[in-house]
Amino acid sequence: MAAAGEASKPFAGLSDVSISEDIPVEGDISVPVGSSRKDDEFSTLDEPVKETILRDLRAVGYKFVHVLYPKRSSALLRDWDLWGPLLLCVTLALLLQGGAADSDDQGGPQFAEVFVIVWFGSIIITLNSKLLGGTISFFQSLCVLGYCIMPLTVAMAVCRIVLMGGSGTVSFAVRLAVVTASFGWSTFASTAFLADSQPPNRKALVVYPVFLFYFVIGWMILTFSPSQ
Amino acid sequence: MSAGSGSRNTNTEPWGSFDDNLIQGGGSAVIDMENMDDTSGSSFEDMGEMHQRMKEEEEVAAEAAATEEDNADDGEFLGMKGIKGQLGRQVADEVWQAGKRQASRAFNLYANIDILRPYFDVEPVQVRSRLIESMIPVRMINFPQKIAGELYGPLMLVFTLVAILLHGMKTSGTVIREGTLMGTAIGTCFGYWLGVSSFIYFLAYLVNAQITMLQMLSLLGYGLFGHCAVLLISYNIHFHFLFYVLWLLVGGLSTLRMVAALLSRTVGQTPRLLLCGTLSLLHMLFLLYLHFAYHKIVEGLLDTLEGPNMAPMQRVARDVPELMLNATVRNLGASLRAH
Repeated sequence: MAAAGEASKPFAGLSDVSISEDIPVEGDISVPVGSSRKDDEFSTLDEPVKETILRDLRAVGYKFVHVLYPKRSSALLRDWDLWGPLLLCVTLALLLQGGAADSDDQGGPQFAEVFVIVWFGSIIITLNSKLLGGTISFFQSLCVLGYCIMPLTVAMAVCRIVLMGGSGTVSFAVRLAVVTASFGWSTFASTAFLADSQPPNRKALVVYPVFLFYFVIGWMILTFSPSQ
Repeated sequence: MSAGSGSRNTNTEPWGSFDDNLIQGGGSAVIDMENMDDTSGSSFEDMGEMHQRMKEEEEVAAEAAATEEDNADDGEFLGMKGIKGQLGRQVADEVWQAGKRQASRAFNLYANIDILRPYFDVEPVQVRSRLIESMIPVRMINFPQKIAGELYGPLMLVFTLVAILLHGMKTSGTVIREGTLMGTAIGTCFGYWLGVSSFIYFLAYLVNAQITMLQMLSLLGYGLFGHCAVLLISYNIHFHFLFYVLWLLVGGLSTLRMVAALLSRTVGQTPRLLLCGTLSLLHMLFLLYLHFAYHKIVEGLLDTLEGPNMAPMQRVARDVPELMLNATVRNLGASLRAH
């Protein structure tokens, strides 16, 4: 078996060749000495917890600012994270609690419903944009869609404050204006980030589901009425 | 040159290089026709399948070689009883291997999102023109009409219908248990689209009509455009007469379009009657159902869920035979009148 193996090796006949000692072998085999020190710089195990948390919070805050003033930048895409969307989703779901339909035992479905709509809606939009030939990755798209819910969450907070003052026609008109403005802002912000990753003639095909998604969320916010 | 068993291949390139396998005929060159149905244009699937098959066959051969050696030893050791037990074990092993291969092949084929990519290959202009065409019946029924095989338009229309149903649910004032109602909306729309398409495709298969599942899904999906338009109007202007007119006109047009497309692809009077009658019945009844029964179903759900503890909430009666705009505009009117 070994002999057969040997015979099948391509350079079998050269196994007795050796390099003579008097031919000098030259080269530079220097091992970079600073590598262990570089590792220490990137190791975040030793830093205080406050610094770790603050770094993540700063990244999330930076992205919020980018949503507030949407320009064509790749900051949201380059280092995506899902903390912001989770925060926004939880805040929105909590704010949508305590609706008119809410008796003691009905808090559950509304909270879960918001989660399901937001996350499954985002997943479907992402799949759609990938199928249409988008160059953006799955999680980058989820990140963008989640962060762009921020205007709608702000609108929800404003609506709740307005509703505390009463639920007449004026309050409805104000709420309608606020929700419409924030819905437009969300759609515009997300298309500013997503549209760049699409072939130019298919932008409308990607924008429509985003529009529908934020429309459903906006509708949930607008028709929210507090319990007595 | 490897003179060993033919299953050992020097697979250095991703495209499989010049394997001894293929040259010696160890690989399979048979294309599985049952997978060729709607995907005859996509060759990347065939390549993927062939590649997978080659990889698996190499794996299987390697495993078989390994187990053969073990089993040979066992059989010799235990005599006759050993051979029988070993045979059973080998058969079970091979059945399991075959099953595993089948399952992993199916998973790799169907969990791959790229399968759906060709069906989303549309331009906005095409979608717009198809939406408009879905309301215009074509009279040519002696020659098979062209049906576009795409899924983007139908999928978006189903989601739009879900959104419109939610809107209708909200304006009817029934906001309790939104979780269940949301599920009902999504279930109704997707259930109709997928279920009726499958049913009509099954009937078409029985009567030997020339239509594929993809085309049926696409046809019915675009037929929902009429439904979306009618419901959008009738959920905001609740006027029964208007709804009936729209139901006949718009619903009728989109049904005629689908029926004409199906007629052009079916031969024989009875099959045509069966297929087109079923489709028109289901399509028209669905619109009726969405308009009337949806609110009642919602209220029925609430009744069963709440039982004796009914919340003191106003249920707005929907069958009012007057012009009634939706609640928000009514409030506006009321407050204006109060001032």
